[in-house]
Amino acid sequence: MSAIGELRKISTDKKTKAEKKADRRDNKAAYLFLAPWFLGLSLITVGPMLVSLYLSFTKYNLLQAPKFTGLENFTRMLGDERLHNALGVTFVYVFVSVPLQLAAALALAVLLDRGLRGLAFYRSVFYLPSLLGSSVAIAVLWKQVFGSEGLVNVFLGFFGVEGQSWIANPSTALSTLITLNVWTFGAPMVIFLAGLRQIPTMYYEAAEVDGATKWQRFLRITLPLLTPIIFFNLVLQIIHAFQSFTQAFIISGGTGGPADSTLFYTLYLYNRGFANFDMGYASALAWVLLLIIGAFTAINFWASKYWVFYDD
Amino acid sequence: MTETIEAPTSSFVAVAGANATMDPRERRRLAKASGKPGWKRVIKHIVLILVGLLMLYPVIWLVVSSLRPTDEIFRNPGIIFDSFEVENYTVGWNTLSEPFSVFLINSVLVVLGCIVGNLVSCSMAAYAFARLRFSGKRWWFVVMLTTIMLPVHVIIVPQYILFSQLGWVNTFLPLILPKILATDAFFIFLMVQFIRGIPTELDEAARLDGCGHPRIFLRIILPLMVPALATTAIFTFIWTWNDFFSQLIYLTKPNMYTIPLALRAFMDAQSSTSWGPMFAMSVVSLIPIFLVFLFGQRYLISGIATTGGK
Repeated sequence: MSAIGELRKISTDKKTKAEKKADRRDNKAAYLFLAPWFLGLSLITVGPMLVSLYLSFTKYNLLQAPKFTGLENFTRMLGDERLHNALGVTFVYVFVSVPLQLAAALALAVLLDRGLRGLAFYRSVFYLPSLLGSSVAIAVLWKQVFGSEGLVNVFLGFFGVEGQSWIANPSTALSTLITLNVWTFGAPMVIFLAGLRQIPTMYYEAAEVDGATKWQRFLRITLPLLTPIIFFNLVLQIIHAFQSFTQAFIISGGTGGPADSTLFYTLYLYNRGFANFDMGYASALAWVLLLIIGAFTAINFWASKYWVFYDD
Repeated sequence: MTETIEAPTSSFVAVAGANATMDPRERRRLAKASGKPGWKRVIKHIVLILVGLLMLYPVIWLVVSSLRPTDEIFRNPGIIFDSFEVENYTVGWNTLSEPFSVFLINSVLVVLGCIVGNLVSCSMAAYAFARLRFSGKRWWFVVMLTTIMLPVHVIIVPQYILFSQLGWVNTFLPLILPKILATDAFFIFLMVQFIRGIPTELDEAARLDGCGHPRIFLRIILPLMVPALATTAIFTFIWTWNDFFSQLIYLTKPNMYTIPLALRAFMDAQSSTSWGPMFAMSVVSLIPIFLVFLFGQRYLISGIATTGGK
């Protein structure tokens, strides 16, 4: 079903010699059809990746030729306190917002499943924010809603609570961004719904006959059979969250403030590269980001052996 | 509304390999037969409606507030249309050095270029991966799947250097060219999944009749994969319309600004007293997404259900 399932399948099946020969049948046509993709892969993806790997070992400001400096960019990272802070902010964002977002997605998917009247309507309502969530317009809205005279404080005022500016306070600014990410739980929810539909109803019928309670049915049937989907959503949302940029940029006015409390890794990278034209360092940061994302994805795949249940 | 949306969605899901085990009506009958008391269902609906309202409240409030005078925005948290002031819209439209129509047109041009690029290049690549046998196919397929997960940041610096040396900064080419070269591998995967669900008998028959691959692709596969093309077009629309990072990097002249850049410039230029016009232009920027969502949601839902979204 998913890209991840696909990769898992490829790594397990093997082929005979005769099959391998037949596999070359359409070489000419294939390279014709794949020509744009090959061009894109080499010129837009792999080529620039290799160049950025090279640049990460240089000092480069776009005006003078890149100067090879060995590992200097990487040793500089060790002492770069703003970077350490950015890493902290990003980790908190990823590891708080993704579990919350997936929990909300799973809870509502389970509520919506099993022949509920108006399902398509509810699904649309919950899904819409995930389409709007990455827009600048919603970031603008968030800035007002959580501002000192914003919507949240107007409501708090009704209860006699004196609000503060959630955006301007370094200890709450990040949580407004986390809220925004949780708000977009609709996309993983739709994936959960599709997964729930593939669980054969006979399992539930059998469990019911045996007198299993609703909670037991959820824990013993739904949850185990849904683990591949949970895993899939987890991998994707973590990769996605590490790359968040727009919302922090707009809400903090491009600075990652107040007091660097919303300075996402990508925002710091952008500021080094495109505001300070420190392209060598930015490239090094980009590669470290790739390694971090790769490491977390690898850990996820490794850990999946212990909790993901494949029915096939 | 519910049933008409339901039907095509589940058929797409079935075609693309994920079989829907039961028709929703059947499920409903089952739920009723299991003797669930009515009041439990009512509570469930109340919970769902409250959650839905909470989710959409800020967005509805944004729309309603955009029609209120600015000082009212800070006092009135209600979401009832009580004021209908279009002044925010006329003021907002002309606040920046160019009228908002310029940014709208720019965004539309970028979006159209990206849609055409993705449709042509991704469908070609998908046909090769789904139907053709060629050496190294598995390896290339794995490479393709891996690029879906690649962060844009590891390529953006050299890409920027390349495009700026070609003199393409402040043109739409850096945004559109990658799509023409099928770098949105997510859509290749989506289309591969779909083509695999089309019976191979059709192209085998055509092949026996002497059709070459370009013809099979154009005459048989493409017409049958219209739902997948629609899903691609819609997702490309929304993601490109919302895209901020690459547009921020490549478009720096105000007359080349797209909608997200214009909103950002607006935000930086204005003091907090102009939330009204700001809100109005935010609403303008969200209307196209909302319309696409309204008319294309079955393709969106089936698209993320079959491939897992992005």
